[in-house]
Amino acid sequence: MNTKHPAIEMRGITKSFPGVKALKNVSFSAHCGEVHALAGENGAGKSTLMKILSGIYRPDGGSVVVNGEERHFTHPLAAIRAGIAVIYQEFSLLPERTVAQNIFLGREPTRRGLIDHKAMNDEARRALALFGSAHRIEPSTVVADLDVASQQLVEIAKAVSLEAKVIVMDEPTAALNEAECEVLFGLVDTLKKSGVAIVYITHRMPEITRLANRVTVLKDGEVAVRFDHVPEPEAIVRAMVGRDLGDFYAEPAAPQEIGDVVLSVHNAGNERLKNVSFELRAGEIVGFSGLQGAGRVALAQAIFGLSPFTEGEITLSGKPARFTSPREAIRAGVGLLPGDRKAEALVLMQSVVDNGMLTSRALSGLSGNANATPFVSAEAMEKLLRELDVRAGSFAQDIKALSGGNQQKAIVARWLALAPRLLIFIEPTRGIDVNAKAGIYHLMRDLARKGTAIMMVSSDLPEVLGVSDRVLVMRNGELVAAFSRGASEADVMLAATGEEAVAA
Amino acid sequence: MNKATLLRRPAWRMEQCAPALLLGLAVLIYVAIALSLGLTRFLTPEATVSILNRSVALGITAVGQTFTILVGSIDLSVAHLISASAVVSSAIMNGDPAMMVPAVVAVLVMGAVVGTLNGLLITRLDVNPLIATLGMALIIQGCLASFYGRFDGSVPDAFQYFAYGEVLGLPVSLIVLALLVLGAWIVLRFTRFGSNIYSVGGNRDTARAAGINTTRVVMASHIICSLCAALAGLYLASRLKSGSPWIGTEGAYDLESIAVVVIGGTILSGGKGGIWGTVAGVIIFSLIDSIFNLAGIDAFAKQVMRGIIIVAAVAFYAVRSKRIVA
Amino acid sequence: MIQETVGSAKTRGVASIGRLPKINPVFFVLAALLVAITFSNPNFIEPTGYMNFLKRAAPLAILAAGQIYVIVSGGFDLSAGSLITLTVVGSSMLLDNSADATWWVIAVMYAVGLAVGVVNGLVVSYLRVPSLIATLGMMITLNGAAFMWSSGSPRGYLPETFRFFGRASIQGIPLIQFLPVALLVLLVVGFILFWLMHRTNLGRMLHALGDNPRAAQMSGVPIERVRIIAFVASSLSAVTAGILLGGFAGVSTDVGVGYELQAITACVIGGAQLLGGRGSVPASIAGALTLTAIFTLLNFIGLPKPTRDVVQGLILIAAVVLATYRRNRAGGT
Repeated sequence: MNTKHPAIEMRGITKSFPGVKALKNVSFSAHCGEVHALAGENGAGKSTLMKILSGIYRPDGGSVVVNGEERHFTHPLAAIRAGIAVIYQEFSLLPERTVAQNIFLGREPTRRGLIDHKAMNDEARRALALFGSAHRIEPSTVVADLDVASQQLVEIAKAVSLEAKVIVMDEPTAALNEAECEVLFGLVDTLKKSGVAIVYITHRMPEITRLANRVTVLKDGEVAVRFDHVPEPEAIVRAMVGRDLGDFYAEPAAPQEIGDVVLSVHNAGNERLKNVSFELRAGEIVGFSGLQGAGRVALAQAIFGLSPFTEGEITLSGKPARFTSPREAIRAGVGLLPGDRKAEALVLMQSVVDNGMLTSRALSGLSGNANATPFVSAEAMEKLLRELDVRAGSFAQDIKALSGGNQQKAIVARWLALAPRLLIFIEPTRGIDVNAKAGIYHLMRDLARKGTAIMMVSSDLPEVLGVSDRVLVMRNGELVAAFSRGASEADVMLAATGEEAVAA
Repeated sequence: MNKATLLRRPAWRMEQCAPALLLGLAVLIYVAIALSLGLTRFLTPEATVSILNRSVALGITAVGQTFTILVGSIDLSVAHLISASAVVSSAIMNGDPAMMVPAVVAVLVMGAVVGTLNGLLITRLDVNPLIATLGMALIIQGCLASFYGRFDGSVPDAFQYFAYGEVLGLPVSLIVLALLVLGAWIVLRFTRFGSNIYSVGGNRDTARAAGINTTRVVMASHIICSLCAALAGLYLASRLKSGSPWIGTEGAYDLESIAVVVIGGTILSGGKGGIWGTVAGVIIFSLIDSIFNLAGIDAFAKQVMRGIIIVAAVAFYAVRSKRIVA
Repeated sequence: MIQETVGSAKTRGVASIGRLPKINPVFFVLAALLVAITFSNPNFIEPTGYMNFLKRAAPLAILAAGQIYVIVSGGFDLSAGSLITLTVVGSSMLLDNSADATWWVIAVMYAVGLAVGVVNGLVVSYLRVPSLIATLGMMITLNGAAFMWSSGSPRGYLPETFRFFGRASIQGIPLIQFLPVALLVLLVVGFILFWLMHRTNLGRMLHALGDNPRAAQMSGVPIERVRIIAFVASSLSAVTAGILLGGFAGVSTDVGVGYELQAITACVIGGAQLLGGRGSVPASIAGALTLTAIFTLLNFIGLPKPTRDVVQGLILIAAVVLATYRRNRAGGT
């Protein structure tokens, strides 16, 4: 199937963002009829590279060659027209429109100038039929009514129906269970046979082994290694991490460092959680793993009072703690660092100090002096920010201008000022430079050493395993497994996808 | 988990039935009051037509407003544009039937210009639609007030056919409104442009990534909205024989057109809803008006209750959302 | 005052290293306009000239200082103008030309203002109606109430005791000769609102709420309470403005018409970020003075009064366009 040109070739791509060099001289290609796996840790530059390919970003240097012709995409549409379709992690579906309308977004079939709804639904049904009869999705269903996995399939159907020559799949299995993954893998095989070039982004080794023809590993914005065959998983992992793990993650807690029970959750549940029971102790970091939508974030939000528990017994340091609002939870000594910092934590137009002091001010009297709350004064906050090594031209500048890692540290400072008993981190290093990650990990460990109980929700499995003293795994709103330190990725994945359940 | 994975939430959604439920409720109250007061003559087909006919201006405006709200924008300049349209048309016609066509053309051109300006401000200069159209409202109001006085006149009797004429026992104005609604439905449901309106309103970035010219879609929606407002102004001039610079604001067409669209289940952030909901919203408002009349509530109290009802109606939809609004 | 406005988005009392304070451009614009007015009318530098100017501008300045609370919190208060009308009409109905009732009537009016603000805040916070619709609805309702109360035809003038606040001046003050009570009210109200917005926890929470309501909520900000307070601040300032206006003008059902938009325009001229997160009380007051100065100038030039609306509309749009342009150039999001 291979033609003499690769379907796409990216040569010497360089891209910088303010404060971050995202890509350094990266070359990458994909031939028709092959699956080229692109691996790397979060923040290694995979998504940036693909956004350049799809015309969302423009590279600072280097060129994109499609079918032997150099192209400069200035608009995502130009890339689509050139036959490149990208399926992103964050969905680009319109929730209030039907499946068919989404698949044919902006290119609805018409008859005599009017949209032919019947033809559109038929076409959509044909595209969706690729998934086999097990996953029947009605083209006239409103997308919001579909579950996450089905939405992912619609997303793929959309790319397929574009008749793209190159399909980029960005961690397509993040939300899928084992059976659904198999459907996807079958589809990838079909597409490959029909001569489509597939770029498959993942950091899951079994998927690479199962699907890929070639593997490229990105690390810190550079090509760490390229394999023209599929190597042993260990080789890929070594290239991805490429550093001394011992130093990257902080030392785990020694047994004597783990103290009394801080949070106890017993038979708790709400509409998204069932019968959850666990304990968190002072001084330990407990990682929560599971697939997207397994209920980890829902659990964190329930503890924090954002979407409260409706049943069960929850105590914080022995006192009843079924909170119904974040404010109540914060008063009792719970803090939460959300995964989507920009949407849920930062007040971007305010200064670094303002961001750090927000919660202290919120818990103080309305007419109290904003620069001298009972919890922390502006001077003390500045000192704290300096101690956390938050790098900013001035702490009076807008937090918008800071890098992700520094923003995250400022949010940590927000909670430190209140000395919480329990601190919940959701995706603590999402969107953070690889070099800054270690700083966050050590910061979390220091907090635990000082007696804080830490709950960490993360989709980054190496991170969960590297940071946590214990790992709890969730599936379908339930806690399904617990591992002490030293569990393998495979163990956790198995529990998270529920493979035993399928086998049973 | 091998079976079909579908339907995370129930397919039956409260919001979809709400306009119909509200409409039913309004009809019920109206009928109940009419019966209890023994006013059965208000329940005849003629009475129904007259109830509908009461809201033609609001209906025409609301059809246009549906487009701007669906596309994720809003137009607060419609009330002033209605006044301007009524004043300008009666001034140009000035009792002369020969000037009817030029006047109508002039007014529609004015509507198109205002819509284009609104659209340009919002898309090209990136001005918040609320502010852009509020600013436009001020400008129109100022122009009107500056020139009014030099501009008086009335429409010729022939033009009043629009408001008072009848075809097959149905008022012409109502037929015009019905055709407008039908046209809007076809555009929204069966054209790519209509589909694009929903896409742009749903998520502008997604629409842009799919190759939709979002600027053009927003512009076109604003032009449609302003043209409808201009048409509503023509209708009012025809009904009242002459325009006055306050008929638009007096009728609170800006707020009311938004309110009926929202009551019809179109969400304010755009991308979801449709024209039939708006029609239900308009009929609900005419019924409320008729109920007040039946019950003999005085004009000022009516205004007070309208304000409350509008907010309550929007709240009816908004209160279940978890989103924080400002 | 000037330096304070600069830092509206920054923390005061915290050293900003190596950064010159940026002065809000509205102050230069205002200064230039005042110079222009002086050229076209030299009497303006006499105390009677500028004091009358300040007196006339006081109601709008107070209204803008209240409106900025709602704008910073992320909303709009379009009911302010109708609340002015209701204050004036309601006072005249309650007073019924009897002077000794002044104080309790004022108390009643503030209670009405408080209620209006609380209702606006509750409707937005708990019924989740966007403030634009909620306050427009309130506007219709209050206008209707003013008509109902006065049966559509309010009469004459308010008694002298009530008109004191808008009209009277304190005589015999050195340097400036006299000080209009309206200006004194502006200074007091302006200072209180400035202090609350730029010195207290409430002020910082208002900014956080308007900037990112979700983040504010998750940081423990009592968002409903803070939002209600913002609407109450706006409503109480509207009542204050109404009391002053009752002193200048006669009683009619259109005293307050258009004031809400003028106040929003003033805030925008003062550099406020629409939809929340940034704004300053002194800059909004300066914005109100700027708008009044522009109207004064137009008046001197001899433009008819209705053109004001056109000019105001153009200024409103231009100010927003300019702000967007500057933000984009500064490389913001």
